[in-house]
Amino acid sequence: MNFETIIGLEVHVELKTESKMFSPAPAHFGAEPNTNTNVIDLGYPGVLPVVNKRAVDWAMKAALALNCEINRHTKFDRKNYFYPDNPKAYQISQFDEPIGEHGWVEIEVHGKKKRIGITRLHMEEDAGKLTHTGNGHSLVDFNRQGTPLIEIVSEPDIRTADEAYAYLEKIKAIIQYTGVSDVRMEEGSLRCDANISLRPYGQEEFGTKTELKNLNSFNFVRKGIEHEEIRQEQVLLSGGIIQQETRRYDESTGKTVLMRIKEGSDDYRYFPEPDLVDIIIDDAWLERVRAEIPELPDARKARYVSELGLSPYDAMVLTLAKPISDFFEATVAAGADAKLASNWLMGEVSAYLNAEQKELSDTKLEPAGLAGMIKLISDGTISSKIAKKVFKELIEKGGDANNIVKAKGLVQISDEGTLREYVTASLDNNPQSIEDFKNGKDRAIGFLVGQIMKQTKGQANPPLLNKILLEEIAKR
Amino acid sequence: MAKMTKEEVIEVAHLARLAITDEEAVHFADQLEAITNAMELLNELDTENVEPTTHVLEMVNVLREDKSVPGLDRELVLKNVKEHEAGQVKVPTILE
Repeated sequence: MNFETIIGLEVHVELKTESKMFSPAPAHFGAEPNTNTNVIDLGYPGVLPVVNKRAVDWAMKAALALNCEINRHTKFDRKNYFYPDNPKAYQISQFDEPIGEHGWVEIEVHGKKKRIGITRLHMEEDAGKLTHTGNGHSLVDFNRQGTPLIEIVSEPDIRTADEAYAYLEKIKAIIQYTGVSDVRMEEGSLRCDANISLRPYGQEEFGTKTELKNLNSFNFVRKGIEHEEIRQEQVLLSGGIIQQETRRYDESTGKTVLMRIKEGSDDYRYFPEPDLVDIIIDDAWLERVRAEIPELPDARKARYVSELGLSPYDAMVLTLAKPISDFFEATVAAGADAKLASNWLMGEVSAYLNAEQKELSDTKLEPAGLAGMIKLISDGTISSKIAKKVFKELIEKGGDANNIVKAKGLVQISDEGTLREYVTASLDNNPQSIEDFKNGKDRAIGFLVGQIMKQTKGQANPPLLNKILLEEIAKR
Repeated sequence: MAKMTKEEVIEVAHLARLAITDEEAVHFADQLEAITNAMELLNELDTENVEPTTHVLEMVNVLREDKSVPGLDRELVLKNVKEHEAGQVKVPTILE
């Protein structure tokens, strides 16, 4: 029997506000444990939470960017649970009146476009961080307690691990563009849980789902889903039934393991938060926030294709991360050819960042520097090969491409007379290559070009050198 | 009139992490049944055109600007904690 996989994703995003959702404690990542707390976060008796206005603005901004309808009447609810990560024994969340509903994003997998629905986007507060020491006790840091979160729940529209990956990339890009979060999975400001179930093809009704946690990178989301698909299929094919349960992805084995049998939604005993009044969003508020949404990745992508002549694929890759996309725009604005700028950013720049495990902002590379270098390539002052040396200097030390080229004597040799001298000498020294060429072995030319490049330290103008070499060899 | 069972009481007690004995569960089942039955009187009211009331005050949009104040002194925070280690609260590991 063949099964269809049904996947829904829950994405939590921490908003990078200055203070917490309901308390004025600082909401910054990376502080010493338990130094960013407040009596409200710690659930002291008699304290009152007050909603952070910017957090509401930003949740609304994210919801609008994800094509959600905004509920003009929205409220907070209390979700009750006991766990050491939360000293209040309840989380303030939103139950039946989330700020946003009925949104969507468009993804593209293997050239096929698909719209993934977003059921809801709601505001809530984060919990503290538990570290299990492994010897019977755990340590709790409440710095994260109360940090503003938005939870984005997708419709069960996702069918494959690749679609899940593309959906996450799209959500991350859109949120990053709105500027409301750092969306860094490694710092926990973006987190993802996956709901997965199987059903026989043709069956309308969904099968029982399991919830997958501890997916700490987009790749683990993909691998976790792939493993869970196979596990559920094996259970079903052997006549077993899937239990509604929470499973944890184990990075070391690539398998999913049972965490707990799922508590039902009723068990959280949601009720309207008595300490907070309702929020009414009028037209003026909504339109103010809508006006703050910048150009989003899809719009940028379309513009790169129509106005700058990039391929849809290049435009997609360039717009995935806002820092790269912004850098690209600044480079083009500084006078660089768009296609060359795109090639350099997706090629050398991203290879460098990957190899060094750095962000663009950690390097010395500036848009003006890259643009300057690209202009030198465009006008023939330096070859692409020489440009790599200039690039290394630019990204590690910064500066002006022109000055680097002059200081290092990297200017391309484009003088015909000079190149002809090199060619003549090379042909005189390599009679065998001339013979080979005459016998139809084209790679003799490659060999000669290589020799001359070595002698000129890579500075010979390649097309010109080729032209002269062919002229001269024909005379022999 | 709804019947409150011993099992329901045990379930609710578990959600509230209350340890109760079987005898107590039976005892509370009777009491809770009387309470829920009293509450059911409210169902006789016609609330068709009444908006749900979550607050008695007609107050909305109580918001604060996103300004932070320094966190509490950690020494003070940990004073109310049974056990701590390296600035963190020490708790028994909950096995999931």
